[in-house]
Amino acid sequence: MSGLNKLTIRECADGLKSGKFSSEELTKSCLDVIAARDGELNAFTEVCSDSALEKAKEVDKKIAQGSDLSPLAGVPAGLKDIFNTKGIRTTCCSPFLKDFIPPYDATVVKMLNDNDMVMIGKLNMDQFACGASTEHSCFGVTRNPHDLERVAGGSSGGSAAALAADMCMYTLGTDTGGSIRQPASFCGVYGMKVTYGRVSRSGVTAMASSWDTVGNFGRSVDDIAYVLNAIAGHDKYDSTTPKVDVPDYLSFLGGGVKGMKVGLPKEYFGEGVDPEDVATVKEAANKLQSMGAELVDVSLPMTKYAVAVYYITMPAELSANLERFDGIRYGKSVKGAEDLVDFYFKARGEGFGDEIKRRIMIGTYVLSAGYYDAYYKKAQRVRTLIIEDFKKAFEQVDVLLTPVAPTPAFKVGELSDDPLAMYMADALTIPASAAGIPGISCPFGKSSTGLPIGVQVLAPQFEEGRCLVVADALK
Amino acid sequence: MLNDEQVRHVAKLARLKLSDEDVTKFGGQLNKVLGYMDILKEVDVDGVEITNQVTGLNNAMRGDVVESGTATPADILACSELDKESDQIKVMKTI
Repeated sequence: MSGLNKLTIRECADGLKSGKFSSEELTKSCLDVIAARDGELNAFTEVCSDSALEKAKEVDKKIAQGSDLSPLAGVPAGLKDIFNTKGIRTTCCSPFLKDFIPPYDATVVKMLNDNDMVMIGKLNMDQFACGASTEHSCFGVTRNPHDLERVAGGSSGGSAAALAADMCMYTLGTDTGGSIRQPASFCGVYGMKVTYGRVSRSGVTAMASSWDTVGNFGRSVDDIAYVLNAIAGHDKYDSTTPKVDVPDYLSFLGGGVKGMKVGLPKEYFGEGVDPEDVATVKEAANKLQSMGAELVDVSLPMTKYAVAVYYITMPAELSANLERFDGIRYGKSVKGAEDLVDFYFKARGEGFGDEIKRRIMIGTYVLSAGYYDAYYKKAQRVRTLIIEDFKKAFEQVDVLLTPVAPTPAFKVGELSDDPLAMYMADALTIPASAAGIPGISCPFGKSSTGLPIGVQVLAPQFEEGRCLVVADALK
Repeated sequence: MLNDEQVRHVAKLARLKLSDEDVTKFGGQLNKVLGYMDILKEVDVDGVEITNQVTGLNNAMRGDVVESGTATPADILACSELDKESDQIKVMKTI
């Protein structure tokens, strides 16, 4: 049966239950596409053919026995290579962890395994999730399925590209400053960044602890809801996950946007944002209006400071988190060091790529005596003002509608010599991360050159449902 | 502005080995990035609180109980590339 790899989760679940096809057939159809196309895309860091097929057969047996299974049972999925998978290499796409095999599963991996996930492989990313193009991966760049000369975005570029190329049914990623939403927009799939703390990060390599979130990519809004249902909630192994009730995210679909107030923040449509991206959001806004939503012009005046706040506090937290990478307990070790300090210098010098070194040095500098107040504390105060901006806006409106990225996917190599220009690629996704609010990137239009353009829907903390309502209306 | 000596000092604090070429390359890039941060000088933050955590959680506590995870001591030990002896990792002399 051909084309099984293009099915949504709901279609997979229905087909598996009714015996129309097996999980083994689903999995094989995905593996076939990976074999055919991943040579040019480079979305996967590792394809787990044997274990995936074994798991698929196990699920087929359970179905044959009439077991009551999750809608995700037997459905092939891919994981960004930042999620610990017991017994399966987890590299963070860094030379430091190139041979690292975790001794345990991340909480979300365990949750998905409890839902009988068929884990088809691990996905490419910028090293330690630092980047906006997946060009900073030690496995090489992931290319955009819509145009091989262009990047898939980042840092979760492999997760977006694999899904856009129908290599699996859903993927997980992480979003610290835009690492799910931006690649989703570049590749034309849905990408959900949840409220800070909504999904457990236990067993996921930390980048910036007060910003990091785990989220998912899907080819439909339903798919986003199905996976969110499986992974959201408190985890005793992640003390940043509040005990806030998890709704059934599927219940938000099909309701419509009648009477909903949709805010258009003027700062997101200004200088530096591609006119085609602006036009796409306006078109989405008009569609919502025609369905009964009310459009409201709002202002988030602190928006322009978000990139600076991010690129002070994130490297600060990253440099502290990566201090634990000493090459002793896990990861890259070196031979021939003169003493222990020399060992650290060599292991870290050889194990980290340039972008990581850059960020560690920025972080170390802004946390050092004499600069801590001027940079780090100042940035944390401005972050408070960004949060207040959003609070005020959400007193007026239910959701915000904005572009995801300033431009459609850029060319491989276009920004790689200019770190600051690359940092600006996240300018429209960082503010929501600063406030810890959820956002979804929805594929909506195409540029004149045929590249996907996404729109971003933002909602108050723990109101992922509102993002889904609007995304569903825009589909 | 960071000069070469300061770049070397920061790298030393962060335990990163840099070549002379790296110092020049990173120095220029760091100065460009840090120069951009000056934009924050425009913002008056007098009396504004610091944000450390965004969902309002404070002191999340749990019982001090050791739980046996799925990883065995042998699994954990296997993560290290260094030589082992009697279930311990051999590291270089520290003093």
